[in-house]
Amino acid sequence: MTADLAAAPGRVVVVGAGMVAHRFAEQLCRRDGDWTLTVIGDEPHAPYDRVHLSEVFAGRTAEDLVLDASVWDDPRTTLVTGDRVVSLDRAAQTVTTASGRVEPYDQLVLATGSWAWVPRAEGTDLPGVLRYRTLADLVDLRTWVEGRAAALGRPLRGVVVGGGVLGLEAAAALGTLGVAPTVVEFADRLMAVQLDAGGGEALRVLVTELGMEIRTSTAASRVLAGAEGTVAGLELSDGEVLPADVVVYSTGIRPRDRLAREGGLPVAERGGVVVGPTCRTEDPAVWAIGEVASHDGECAGLVAPGNAMADVVVDRLFGGDKVYSKAADGTKLKGVGVDAAAFGDVLGLTPGALEVTFADPVARTYRKLVVSDDARVLLGGVFVGDIELYSQLRPLLGRPLGADPSAFLAPAGGAAPVQTDLPDDVVLCSCSNVSVGTVRAAVTEHGCRSVGEVKTCTRAGTVCGSCVPLLTKVVNGTLEKAGFTVSNAMCEHFGMPRAELYALVRTEGLRTFSEIVARHGQGRGCAVCKPVVASILSSLGIGHVLQPDQVTLQDTNDRLLGNMQKDGTYSVVPRMPGGEITPDKLLAFAQIADDFGLFTRVTGAQRIGMFGARQDQLPEIWRRLVDAGFESGQAYGKSLRAVKTCIGSTWCRFGVQDSSTMAVRLELRYRGLRAPHKFKVGVSGCARECAEARGKDVGVIATEKGWNVYVGGNGGFTPRHADLLAEDLDDDRLIQVIDRFLALYVRSADRLQRTAPWVASYPGGIDALRRVLVDDADGIGAELEAEVARHVGAYVDEWRATLEDPEMLRRFTPYVNAPDATDTDLSYVPVRGQARPARPDEQGYPDLLSARAAGTEEER
Amino acid sequence: MSTVPAEGVRVCAVDDLLPECGTGALVGEDRVALFRLASDEVLAVQQRDPYSGANVLSRGIVGDVAGAPTITSPLLKQVWDLRTGACLDPVGKDPVDLRVYRVVVDGEDVRVLP
Ligand SMILES: Cc1cc2nc3c(=O)[nH]c(=O)nc-3n(C[C@H](O)[C@H](O)[C@H](O)COP(=O)(O)OP(=O)(O)OC[C@H]3O[C@@H](n4cnc5c(N)ncnc54)[C@H](O)[C@@H]3O)c2cc1C
Ligand code: SF4
Ligand code: FES
Repeated sequence: MTADLAAAPGRVVVVGAGMVAHRFAEQLCRRDGDWTLTVIGDEPHAPYDRVHLSEVFAGRTAEDLVLDASVWDDPRTTLVTGDRVVSLDRAAQTVTTASGRVEPYDQLVLATGSWAWVPRAEGTDLPGVLRYRTLADLVDLRTWVEGRAAALGRPLRGVVVGGGVLGLEAAAALGTLGVAPTVVEFADRLMAVQLDAGGGEALRVLVTELGMEIRTSTAASRVLAGAEGTVAGLELSDGEVLPADVVVYSTGIRPRDRLAREGGLPVAERGGVVVGPTCRTEDPAVWAIGEVASHDGECAGLVAPGNAMADVVVDRLFGGDKVYSKAADGTKLKGVGVDAAAFGDVLGLTPGALEVTFADPVARTYRKLVVSDDARVLLGGVFVGDIELYSQLRPLLGRPLGADPSAFLAPAGGAAPVQTDLPDDVVLCSCSNVSVGTVRAAVTEHGCRSVGEVKTCTRAGTVCGSCVPLLTKVVNGTLEKAGFTVSNAMCEHFGMPRAELYALVRTEGLRTFSEIVARHGQGRGCAVCKPVVASILSSLGIGHVLQPDQVTLQDTNDRLLGNMQKDGTYSVVPRMPGGEITPDKLLAFAQIADDFGLFTRVTGAQRIGMFGARQDQLPEIWRRLVDAGFESGQAYGKSLRAVKTCIGSTWCRFGVQDSSTMAVRLELRYRGLRAPHKFKVGVSGCARECAEARGKDVGVIATEKGWNVYVGGNGGFTPRHADLLAEDLDDDRLIQVIDRFLALYVRSADRLQRTAPWVASYPGGIDALRRVLVDDADGIGAELEAEVARHVGAYVDEWRATLEDPEMLRRFTPYVNAPDATDTDLSYVPVRGQARPARPDEQGYPDLLSARAAGTEEER
Repeated sequence: MSTVPAEGVRVCAVDDLLPECGTGALVGEDRVALFRLASDEVLAVQQRDPYSGANVLSRGIVGDVAGAPTITSPLLKQVWDLRTGACLDPVGKDPVDLRVYRVVVDGEDVRVLP
C-alpha cells in the first residue's frame, strides 16, 4: 500500500507551521523525487524555536528564534504565514484557509500543535490575564507589564497559575521583567508530573531562594478586577486573595484537533488526532505529527517525539517502513536558574522497585535512583540542584546500571564514572533522536574529529543541550579508541590551554604571534587562538592593541575599536566613570548623536551608547568625542566594561562610604586591562546594595569600617552571586586585593572563562583564593600587583592613539579602491523617534538619518 | 551574477594590503573581501556573510584549517576555505559556501577577476 507513494508523494500540504512542521520540511528537502510542499501556519512568523521562547526576555529577537529558514528557499517549498486553515474536505482532498485560499493535496499532514488551556473561571478574560505559548503571548506579556509598571509607578506583583516546568519558566520570566512572582499549584508539589515529593520539596527551597513565592495544594478559584477593570488579584480556593497586577495561566495544553474533528476523523477521548505507529490517520492521505497527534490515547508535550514522528512520515512518504514508538523521555527544567530533571518511573511504581536517595540539605541537592528489585536495572531518576547525572543516566533507562546505585549518588568526587561503552542503540540525544551508534559512526565513518563536527553532522545536542556532556564523553571516548589523542588543546594550532600559553609567553618574554606560534604551535592560527594571543600580549603590556603585528590577531571588535552589530555597523560607547557626565559633555555627545542619526540609549552599564556607526564614520565620530573630552569605554574588548555604582554617601542618606569616588578610582585603574573575558565591577555605598555589586565579577560593598569585597559574581545566562573574599578593608588595601585577584584571573583562567566559573572551579575554592590573595600565602602578591601597576602606567586611550596615527586610520576605509563608497546594503526603519536596522522582509531607508526623518514625518 | 569584467579590474597595490589581514574592495558592483597571506598570495571571496547578510567578511580573522587558509565570520564565527569558498564549519547551521574571485598579482598590482 505504500508502494504507490514511493518517490512520488506529489502535492504535500502541512497545516501548522510550528517546530515539528519545520522538522518535517527539513527532512523532506533532503529527498529527491516528485513532490511539492506547502506549509500553512496562522502565526505571523516563519516556524520558530518555541523551546527557547523565554530567551526573548534575555535579549533574543523574534528573528533570532526563527528556525533555519533556508528550507523555504528551496523552490519546491512554499511557506504561508498568518493564515489559518479553517476547513478540510477529505473527499475533494483540499483544505481552505480563512483568507479563502484553497489548497489541493495528495498528502495532508496535520501539525497544528496545541493551545494553552485556561480553566473556565470568573475573571480569566480580564485584561492582564495572559498565557505563555507563542511569541505573541510573550510580546503581550512584556507590553502589559511595561504599561502597568509605568502607570502604577511601583514594582509589580504577578501570579502564575500552574507549577509545572512551563509555569516555573513563566515565573522566572516575570522575575526578569521585574515582577515579583507567586506560583500557585494545585498539586502538593512543584513539577508534580515529573518529580517525587522529595524532589518537589528540594525544588521549592531552591526557587524560593530565587525570590519566587510558592503556594502548593491550593487552587486558583477566580480572578478579581480592580477599579480600572483590569486584573487586581487572584482568589484561592481557601478564600485568600493574592494581590496581582498580572496573572499568567500555565495550566496545561490541549491538542488543536478541530480540523480533524470537523473533517470526520477519529479524535481521542482526551483530544488529539488518532494515529497508529505510522502516524497515519484513518484516511490514508492524512497524517498527524507533533503535539496534535494522539498515540495510544496520549499526546506528547515535548518536541522530541514530534520530531521523531516527522521523520517517520517523511520516510513513509517515500515507501519506507519506519514506525514511531514512544521513546523514553525525560524532563529538564530550564530558563529558571535552578536545575531539576527527572526520567522514567520516578515514583517507584514498578513492582519490587527499590529507591536509593541522596539528599544534601546543605548543598541543596536531591538525587534519587529507582532500580529493579535486584538493584541492577535502572528504572528512573530524580535530580534537583545537581543534574550532572541526568544526561549520563537517562540513556540507560531500562538497562543494567553497571555499578551499585549508591555509588552514583555519593557526594561529589566519589561518583562512579559512567561508562561510555553504552550500547549503540541507546538514544543519546532525544531531541534530535540520535543514538549512541550514530554518534560513534560520525567519528569512525564520517570523519568527525570534534564535538562541534559531530553536532553539525548528526544534529545531536543542538536543541535543548542537556545531552552535550554525555555527547562529549562518547565522542572523546570514540576518538581515543580510534587512536586519536583528545587533548585540552586550544585549537589545532596550539596544543595547550590558555593559562599554559600565558605562562610560556610571560616567562620567555615572547612579543609577536609569529614568534609564539613558531615556538609553541603550528600553522597560521585561527579565530580561536589569535585573539587569545592578542589578549595575552596586551595583558602583559606589550603594545597598543592596534599595532600592525597585533591587528591581524584581533577580533573585529578590537580591530575597529567598536562592538560589531548584526548589520556590520558598530556601537560607540565612551567611558563615563561612575555613571557621571557633566551637562557640557552631554550636550557635545547629543550633538554628535544627532548629526549622525545614531540610535542612542542608556546601556545596562550606566553609560550612554550610540548604535549604527559605519566603519568609515568611526574616526570622525571619535575625533569629536575625544575633542569633547571623552575616551574609549572599551565596550568592545574582553576587558573591564564599567564600574557600576550607586550615588553613595555624598548624597544618599543611608550611605556609609563614598561609593562614587571609589568607583571612579577603580574604573580609571582597570580601564583597558585585557583579560580572558570581559569583566564588570560594582560598588555600593551601603549594605542596601543599590549597585547590585554582588552580581559582578568584583563587587565592593561599603561597611561602617571600610569595604567588603566579593568575587566571581555574574548576571546574564548563568546568574551567580559573588563570594565574600575579604571584609572591612581600607581604600588602599581594597585596591591591593582587587589588583591581585584580577592579575591571577588574567594569568590562570581559560579562554573565554568568566570569573564566576573560574572562582567556582579554583582548586580549594574561595578559601584557597583568600589564602593566596588576602593572606599572600604563596608570596606572589607583589608580583601580581606589579603586573597591574605596569598596566596602569602604560595605559593610553586607544582611540586617541588611533586618531593620531594615519596608518591606523586607513583601516577604517571600507573599500581599498573606493575610499568614498559606503555599504549600500544597509537599510533602516524608524522606531520611536530613532532608527534601527530593517529586517530582511522590511523595506528600509539607506541610512539612519533618512530613516529617522521618515519617522518624524509619519508622526506629523 | 557577477559584475566584474572578464578581463578583471586593478584594485590596489600589494602593499596596500596588510599581511594576514582582510580588506574590502569594490569591483564593478561586487563587494569583495581581499586577503593577503603571509606568503604574499592574495585571495578574494564575497564580502557578504551569507548567514547574517552583512558585508563584513574582510573584517574576520584569517587563519588556517589543516593548512588551508581560512576566514572566520566576525559575526557568527562560521569558517570558510579562502581558496575554494567551501564552508568548513557552519557552527550548527547548514553549510553555505562563498563565491570566490580569481586574483592575479602582477608585479605590484592586484587584479580581481570574476
Ligand atoms: C515556553 C515553552 C517552553 C518549552 N520548552 C520545551 C523544552 O524545554 N523541551 C521540549 O521538548 N519542549 C518544550 N516546549 C514544547 C515544545 O515547544 C512543543 O512540544 C513543540 O513546539 C511542539 O511542536 P508542534 O509543531 O507540534 O506544535 P507548535 O510548535 O505549537 O506548532 C503548531 C503551529 O500550528 C499553528 N496552527 C494551529 N492550527 C492551525 C490552523 N488551523 N491553521 C494554521 N496554523 C495552525 C499554530 O499556531 C502553531 O504555530 C516548550 C513550550 C513552550 C511554550
Ligand atoms: S547602596 Fe546604600 S548608599 Fe548606595 S544608594 Fe543604596 S542606600 Fe544609598
Ligand atoms: S537531548 Fe536535547 S539536544 Fe540532545
